[in-house]
Amino acid sequence: MTVTNEDPILQIKDVHCKFGNFEALKGINAQLEKNEVVVVCGPSGSGKSTLIRTLNRLESISAGQILFEGRDIYEKGMSVETLRTKIGMVFQSFNLFPHLSARDNVALGLIRVLHRPKKEAEQTASELLASVGLGDELHKKPMELSGGQQQRVSICRAVALEPTVMLFDEPTSALDPEMVGEVLSLMKTLAGRGMTMLCVTHEMGFAKEVADSIWFMADGQMVDRAPVSDFFSGDISDRAKSFLKAIH
Amino acid sequence: MIELLEQYGRLLLVGHYPNGPLGGLAMTILTSLLCLAICFPIATLLALARTHGNKTLARFYTGYIYFVRSMPLLMLIFWIYYFLPYVLPFSLSPFVTIVLAITIFSSAYLAEVIRAAIEALPKGQYDAASALGFRYWQTTFLIVLPQALTNCIPGLVSQFILIIKETSLGYIITFNELTYVAHELNKILLVKPVEIFTILAISYFVLCSGLSQLGGQLERRIARGRLSNDSDQ
Ligand SMILES: Nc1ncnc2c1ncn2[C@@H]1O[C@H](COP(=O)(O)OP(=O)(O)OP(=O)(O)O)[C@@H](O)[C@H]1O
Ligand SMILES: [Mg+2]
Repeated sequence: MTVTNEDPILQIKDVHCKFGNFEALKGINAQLEKNEVVVVCGPSGSGKSTLIRTLNRLESISAGQILFEGRDIYEKGMSVETLRTKIGMVFQSFNLFPHLSARDNVALGLIRVLHRPKKEAEQTASELLASVGLGDELHKKPMELSGGQQQRVSICRAVALEPTVMLFDEPTSALDPEMVGEVLSLMKTLAGRGMTMLCVTHEMGFAKEVADSIWFMADGQMVDRAPVSDFFSGDISDRAKSFLKAIH
Repeated sequence: MIELLEQYGRLLLVGHYPNGPLGGLAMTILTSLLCLAICFPIATLLALARTHGNKTLARFYTGYIYFVRSMPLLMLIFWIYYFLPYVLPFSLSPFVTIVLAITIFSSAYLAEVIRAAIEALPKGQYDAASALGFRYWQTTFLIVLPQALTNCIPGLVSQFILIIKETSLGYIITFNELTYVAHELNKILLVKPVEIFTILAISYFVLCSGLSQLGGQLERRIARGRLSNDSDQ
């Protein structure tokens, strides 16, 4: 299949995912266009994390198909490592490498995966961290940083590899309230630069302001997929409505 | 006892070195260090075999641990020393026998320590490494082992203490370590067993309890690092 600019970045076609006998995803269909920002929400256990983890093959699917830039991600000749360098991922619990400084956390992928020279990679990492206000924390270990700072480092770590799309799994829900803003505003900056983003989050303010569309999931199914304006004007399923009420 | 030390202290410390073969405490320490140095990479590989996810490798690991657990070290020493010469065209010196036996033995115990440390790493570390596009060996050498091995330094010290004590079994096959030298000395002097074996006991005690304290200190330092790590997250 040839790759054209019109291809969506990600196409999710009837994707199922099983843990033993339990079906966490029951036939998901969706697609993510270039430069699009999508917020995924839904009750706990609805399969949001599982869905985004299938996209970079951290979780394998039991049926269906996922196309990244038009190519099946399970296709022969599609290396899973290459796929993953093109898909950045940010986790709820940051998952920084505790034995490395902030700068080395960011530089490691550049050096080992993209094979950039060490000096150049460290330079890039320092500049990236400085651009998110962490210029003074380059040599600190993750445990010496606040939660908000750690999450910004982890976003830099993913962004450093210049991915085509960024996946966020509840990036602010492990943070103290006063630190949520700094992470969301960094995500907003990324979106402003045209980054394609898929964000699992319950920050509806962020969704209204930044997202193009909302995906609402429940029980392993995609219940609603709507442009932001429709979603918040109430043009959605009853389940989504009651979910929105519950989180406000 | 002071008199005894003045006269034979050197023999107990280094054997007949430099005029003859090395022995005594120096031999005990050097042999133990050598055993530890050989065991450590073997134990790491064994632990990786167990945690890799491959069933055959995991079965090999389990079999090895069972094999070692179900026999006394002394018996292994006898087998290597007295039985191997029947099947091999050469026999092994007491030194090689001891190093081989202790390495086979300690690798298994140390592997269990390292395996536990690897399994204690949060799953998120693997997720993050995979998501960056690291391959298995990159994740292992850049992320997993640096953390896991740091956390098992206290276990490594305990294993070293065990090895030091195990080398005393070398006495049985006339391996020239501290216990053997002390025993030889006792045979020559005949009249001072209490003094000689008191010196022997004190030597092991000082060496092992010193290391044990070092291990405790390292453990506290590592735990402090982990603690501040947790409370910040
Ligand atoms: N590794 C796993 N093994 C077994 N079951 C799992 C596993 N991961 C997820 N599940 C189950 O799959 C379902 C979906 O989980 P998932 O983590 O995707 O939900 P979520 O929408 O992200 O929820 P939350 O908002 O709590 O993060 C849950 O019922 C969960 O228990
Ligand atoms: Mg989740």
